[in-house]
Amino acid sequence: MVKSVLGVHHPGLRDWVIQRVSAVVMTVYTIGLVLFLVMNSRVEFADWHGLFSHWWMKLATLLCVLSLLLHAWVGVWTVLTDYIKPFVLRLILEVLVYLALITFFFATLLILWGV
Amino acid sequence: MYVRYFSMLAVAIRTFALAYSAGYNRVTYKDKQRDPSAVSKQRPKNLNLFSIRLPIPAIVSILHRISGVILFLLIPFLLWGLNLSLSSPEDFDELHLFLTSPLMKLLIWGCLSAFIYHFVAGIRHLLMDVHLGENLQSGRLSAKLTLFISIVMIILVGIWLW
Repeated sequence: MVKSVLGVHHPGLRDWVIQRVSAVVMTVYTIGLVLFLVMNSRVEFADWHGLFSHWWMKLATLLCVLSLLLHAWVGVWTVLTDYIKPFVLRLILEVLVYLALITFFFATLLILWGV
Repeated sequence: MYVRYFSMLAVAIRTFALAYSAGYNRVTYKDKQRDPSAVSKQRPKNLNLFSIRLPIPAIVSILHRISGVILFLLIPFLLWGLNLSLSSPEDFDELHLFLTSPLMKLLIWGCLSAFIYHFVAGIRHLLMDVHLGENLQSGRLSAKLTLFISIVMIILVGIWLW
């Protein structure tokens, strides 16, 4: 029987992969955005709004923000696990971070929806 | 007679066990005999982080972590700015005016510095994943390069901002 390499039995490996893949996605997006800013010396609202009205830009932005939130989750989880020893306090902080990240995701959806 | 053999055997086992554990704890059998609590007393233990000089890769690592936490805290502000910049020309101009004030420029430079540093140190991590800069010497070199490249990029971004 073939076992899933990235299944629930390897949460550490799953986090490791999430952190790397999301990093690469954000790197590509950042380079693209910096190129846009460098090529347009004076960015007006029309240019900026025009860029984000393309469906591929919306998709790329959503993908980048999703990567950012997953990346932040793995990072913050690691930091909390390292420094916050009392279990209940750590759990509360983790839940707060989790809720914040989900809120950020839906906020991004709304922002991109409005463009 | 048998009792004597048994006690000798027991002493031999105890000696062997203590000698074995001494290898780990740097406590000799004589220390153990003098003071039974010697094991916990003599074990080298230094939890005062301020007396430890961090090696360069450790400095790069802890800065990566600190900049990561800063960037996490900046996410809501980033989304707030994105929302304002995309809602209307008036909001865009207002945000532009707000962000180009001297104090905000300095703050943004700080935020961008955290981003640039985290970016460069993250690339170092990805290169290590493909087995580049994994041993001590190249690890130290890439740590120095990370600091150097990010400082240069932070200065360049500062020039671009002003």
